[in-house]
Amino acid sequence: MTPVHGHGTSTIGLGTPILALAAVLTVAYVAAAIRLRRPGGRGWPAPRVVAAVLAFCAVSATLVGPIAVGASDDLAAHMAAHLAVGMLAPLLIVVAAPGTLALRALDVVPARRLSRLLRSGPVRLATHPLFAGTLYTASMWLLYTTPFGVGLTGNPLLHWVLLVHFLVAGCLFTASIVPVDPSPHRSSFRLRLTVFLLAAAAHSVLAKQIYAHPPPGTTTDEAQLGGLIMYYGGDTVGLAILVVMFTRQYIATRPRGRLRGHPSGVAAARQHRDDQRNDRHYEQNRAEHLVVGANHGAGDHQGAEHETRDKTP
Amino acid sequence: MNQSVEFDHRAPAAKSYAAGLLIGIGLMAAVDEIVFHQLLGWHHFYDRDTTRVGLVSDGLLHAAELVALVAGFFLLADARRWGSSVGLFPWAGLFVGLGVFQLWDGLVNHKVLRLHQVRYDVDLLPYDLLWNGAAALLLAVGVVLTIVAVTRRRRG
Repeated sequence: MTPVHGHGTSTIGLGTPILALAAVLTVAYVAAAIRLRRPGGRGWPAPRVVAAVLAFCAVSATLVGPIAVGASDDLAAHMAAHLAVGMLAPLLIVVAAPGTLALRALDVVPARRLSRLLRSGPVRLATHPLFAGTLYTASMWLLYTTPFGVGLTGNPLLHWVLLVHFLVAGCLFTASIVPVDPSPHRSSFRLRLTVFLLAAAAHSVLAKQIYAHPPPGTTTDEAQLGGLIMYYGGDTVGLAILVVMFTRQYIATRPRGRLRGHPSGVAAARQHRDDQRNDRHYEQNRAEHLVVGANHGAGDHQGAEHETRDKTP
Repeated sequence: MNQSVEFDHRAPAAKSYAAGLLIGIGLMAAVDEIVFHQLLGWHHFYDRDTTRVGLVSDGLLHAAELVALVAGFFLLADARRWGSSVGLFPWAGLFVGLGVFQLWDGLVNHKVLRLHQVRYDVDLLPYDLLWNGAAALLLAVGVVLTIVAVTRRRRG
């Protein structure tokens, strides 16, 4: 990228508000989690809190520090920043399940508004794997292979806009592939896996493209290092996405009841498969139940209390 | 979670065979990447001769390998948790997977698509023979194991 003189000041100028916003959101998350984890509260898993804090670290590493300073004029640093903000942070945010936390921690009226928002048409479209996958992949290709994209990366102001864009697009994509928060119209495992596969392929092809054909204004060394970071970094986070995705599927399709050592293991397995098929909307029902719980809570607190009882075994 | 693809109604033996196959493919791809690309540096990350079609096919294959490895391990875990014995099936699948990928890489990737070669600036013939010979051997072991596994199952 063309060196931007005096970008140090603009780095601080625009990085700070974004960093402050991220910090406020993280503090709000942790505060809500602590409230839920108090004795008598509805509880909140500690690993999710860790994921939220790590997500904040990943985002802030792209806003302040050596990567942030280098990101506007060095393609390798730029790539590392985009990897952290566009892939790593989104996965951590999705695993932290901020939507579920908000629904559980908010008062009845805001929770109802939030659940209505989550069910609205635009949100449903934005978190559809096909939409999110296309948005994510297309913006990546536009940025690195067209003159339009080159113009964007040279501009220090748009550098921040791009970082935020990739954080949002990354979150939408990851949430559509690994839906942890309640989503009333969850896509099938097959569709999510297919979209992931295509996006991962496009990612690795683009990495090699950058490696072989340096974008205008970058040196060959920079482009090769940047391409390698994109390729292997993408693989690493992609592997993590797959593990989370399959772990959730593995748990959701677990055999219910005792099977091991059963005389007719296969027959029992079949029976359980059928049970499971009848119960396949289990997670979805639970998610909607949570939403309904928030809705009913406005008039009487029965919905919310019912949800509380569900939580405590 | 509806419409589970990986965890459906196939019997544990068939499921574990498929799991072995997926792990074999993913494993051989990983060995190729780690040993020949990273450690030996024989393969090139990108070859000037690589065509656009080759690049896209390589990208798709690379993504599929990653999915195959993860899907394979989870499928194997799933086959085992249903409680019945799976015998030699996962091993048979594993060797077939290893052989098939190696052979695909040696014949289609190297020779047909010409994505990259085993090694550069050397006489390729012994390398190619060794590469594809090893692939054929792995595949043969896989086929024998498959026959043994199926026969054992038939006998009960």
